Amino acid sequence: MDNLSNYVLISAILFSLGLFGVITRRNGVAVLMGVELILNSANVNFLAFARFGGMNMSGHVYALFVIVLAAAEAAVALAIIINIFNNFRTINVDDVSELKQ
Amino acid sequence: MITGNFYTDASLVILFLPLFAFVINILFGKRLPRQGDWISISAILTTLILALILFAGMLKNWDYKFSHEVIMPWIDMGAFKIELGFWVDNITIVMLLVVALISSMTHIFSLEYMKGDIRYNRYYAYLGLFTFSMNGIVLANNLMSLYIFWELVGVSSYLLIGHWFEKNSAADASKKAFLTNRVGDIGFFIGIMLMFTAIGSFNFQDLFIGVSNGEIKGNLLTLSGLGLFMGAVGKSSQFPLHIWLPDAMEGPTPVSALMHAATMVAAGVYLTVRLFPIFTPDALVTIAYVGGFTAIFAATIAITQNDIKKVLAYSTVSQLGYMILAVGVGNYTAAFFHLLTHAMFKACLFYGSGSVIHAMHHSLHDLHDHDTDPQDMRNMGGFHKKMPITSTTMTLATLAIAGVPLFSGFLSKDAILAGTLYFVDQNPQHIILAIFGFGAAAITAFYMFRLIFLTFHGEPKMQKVYDGIHESPSLMTAPLVILAALSTYIFYTLPINLIPWKDYGWFTKLIKAKDSFVPGTPSAKEIYDGVHYMHDLALVLSLTVASIGIGLSFLMYYKSKISSNSWAKRFGPLYRLSLNKYYFDEIYNRVFYQPFLKLCNIVAYIDWDLYDKYFINGFGHVTKFLSKASGQVDYDGLDQTLVDGVGRSASGLGKGLKNIQTGRLQNYMLFALIGVIIILIVQYSVIL
Repeated sequence: MDNLSNYVLISAILFSLGLFGVITRRNGVAVLMGVELILNSANVNFLAFARFGGMNMSGHVYALFVIVLAAAEAAVALAIIINIFNNFRTINVDDVSELKQ
Repeated sequence: MITGNFYTDASLVILFLPLFAFVINILFGKRLPRQGDWISISAILTTLILALILFAGMLKNWDYKFSHEVIMPWIDMGAFKIELGFWVDNITIVMLLVVALISSMTHIFSLEYMKGDIRYNRYYAYLGLFTFSMNGIVLANNLMSLYIFWELVGVSSYLLIGHWFEKNSAADASKKAFLTNRVGDIGFFIGIMLMFTAIGSFNFQDLFIGVSNGEIKGNLLTLSGLGLFMGAVGKSSQFPLHIWLPDAMEGPTPVSALMHAATMVAAGVYLTVRLFPIFTPDALVTIAYVGGFTAIFAATIAITQNDIKKVLAYSTVSQLGYMILAVGVGNYTAAFFHLLTHAMFKACLFYGSGSVIHAMHHSLHDLHDHDTDPQDMRNMGGFHKKMPITSTTMTLATLAIAGVPLFSGFLSKDAILAGTLYFVDQNPQHIILAIFGFGAAAITAFYMFRLIFLTFHGEPKMQKVYDGIHESPSLMTAPLVILAALSTYIFYTLPINLIPWKDYGWFTKLIKAKDSFVPGTPSAKEIYDGVHYMHDLALVLSLTVASIGIGLSFLMYYKSKISSNSWAKRFGPLYRLSLNKYYFDEIYNRVFYQPFLKLCNIVAYIDWDLYDKYFINGFGHVTKFLSKASGQVDYDGLDQTLVDGVGRSASGLGKGLKNIQTGRLQNYMLFALIGVIIILIVQYSVIL
């Protein structure tokens, strides 16, 4: 049970779930949650490789960075979503296809 | 001091002052007081004074070898070099004085004669242009600048003959003069180019050196000499190009006096005098025949003419023939001498005729008679009582042209005839030249006195016109008096000789013939001695023929002892031949103009109806067809498929790819995911 492949598998499942959420959700906040999942899957990977790959504490440090970054990103992303809502009166990302033009 | 020498500086001023007058008058003449004639008059009088100073300097130097040349580079391209410049020697100085004097007289005479003319300022401007170009010819030291001024003289002649261009005859005459001159000028230019090709220079001195070194010789030299002579034939109105000069009398009479009697037509003689040392014996014989024939031929026409100016015109042609004859027989200083004396008495005769025509014109004008020809001698008669000054001066000039002792024409004509006699003595096969010379002398005396008797003596033919005739104002008679005085012998034999039948004087002492540079020609000394030897015989003969001519004229037209009408009837065909100028205009019309017009018509037919219609139009059709086909290929084939195809495929591709661009981030992400998966699959398949 205590070997690298399990952690990597869990991380992959978590990443796939996150990606699935980002691609399929229509709600902006849900998309943001998917992004959080992806970030956390990366964290799991960092920690697993730190534990089994002989990377010592540097893996932990990166995981901490990612958590901080995720927090900052959540703040920025929520702000964007609020702005979208203010401009379009919706947070459905399909309706926000201004890029197409 | 422009050139550093008084003679050349003065010559430069003499050359350019009339040009200055021309420019001022042509541009501003109309706005100036008196239409600017005072500018022209003062310019020409200044040149006259300068020319007199030069002349006095020449007499003071008393050096027949005097010669001064200024050369200025014009075009310099390494091996090819053209230099312009001028050459002042005794001949130049005398000629400058003649031009300045006659031109001044013309300017003064015209003040009265042209008063109230519609193009008064232009008239004076053109006189300035002419004087400038004539001086240019006189001063030229090379064929190139001589040719330039030669053409300028032609242009000013054209402008002045056509001064009253409202008259069709004047416009036609100016065209005729210009075109006939062109014919001669073509030969002239060929001669110049032959010389230049052989010797590589236009300069007279270089030509002389080249000829004496044998750089050009034989037939080529004869040919180029004859080419150069062609120019003189045109300008000096020699047979067969004599046809323009009588028509040129359409111009104002003072112009006829200046250009078509005294100076411009003398340019041809001047040219042959200048170039005498390079003419081969063959060329000289041709020149002598052209001159001799012209002399007698024009004289026979002059007998029957009734227009006072036409008589003088043919007389001019005849006298120019004399000069050319003198050049041809080798006695070229005599030619120049005759040029000088002829300029004086012929200008006097022309001014006299101008004075008569002026008086006739006014008289007819007062009678409101616009049909009578004011130039026809048959309407005159007995004018001596009314116009004594004109009559006397004209008679003096006539005595000079007839070759009566005590007058200038006697000296020069005598020299020419003596030269001809010597030539005939040396080459007896050319005896006809002497007959030409003496025959023309007799006929000249006859028709000139006919003119005098018909105009000034006898009964008035039209009493009403006669009553209205008045002597011309002093501005017109003054030039007459001056020129009549200059027709006496004394001005040409001073200061060493006062015997009226010996032509020794400043002229013979200061203007000496040069040896010809062509090998095998008699030297100047031989010719001089021969002429001297023949002098007495020539004197007796010429006096005889002149008295025959004058006597016949006296009996026929003054005493009416012999009826001119019955003579005209007796020699009916000859009379009509002469009256109609040997039908030369008609012959030229028939032989040259009509065939030429026909040729032009044929060429035009070929060009328009054959060449244009079939060849050019055919080309057009073929081109049109080809362009249509190529248009089809280009437009329908290339443009539609290839060019448009590229565009269409690009636009289609863009349209297709546009669909991927949904603008939804999630789709992009999905594509990225698919891309990653594809990359992974490819990577794995490569590894495996």
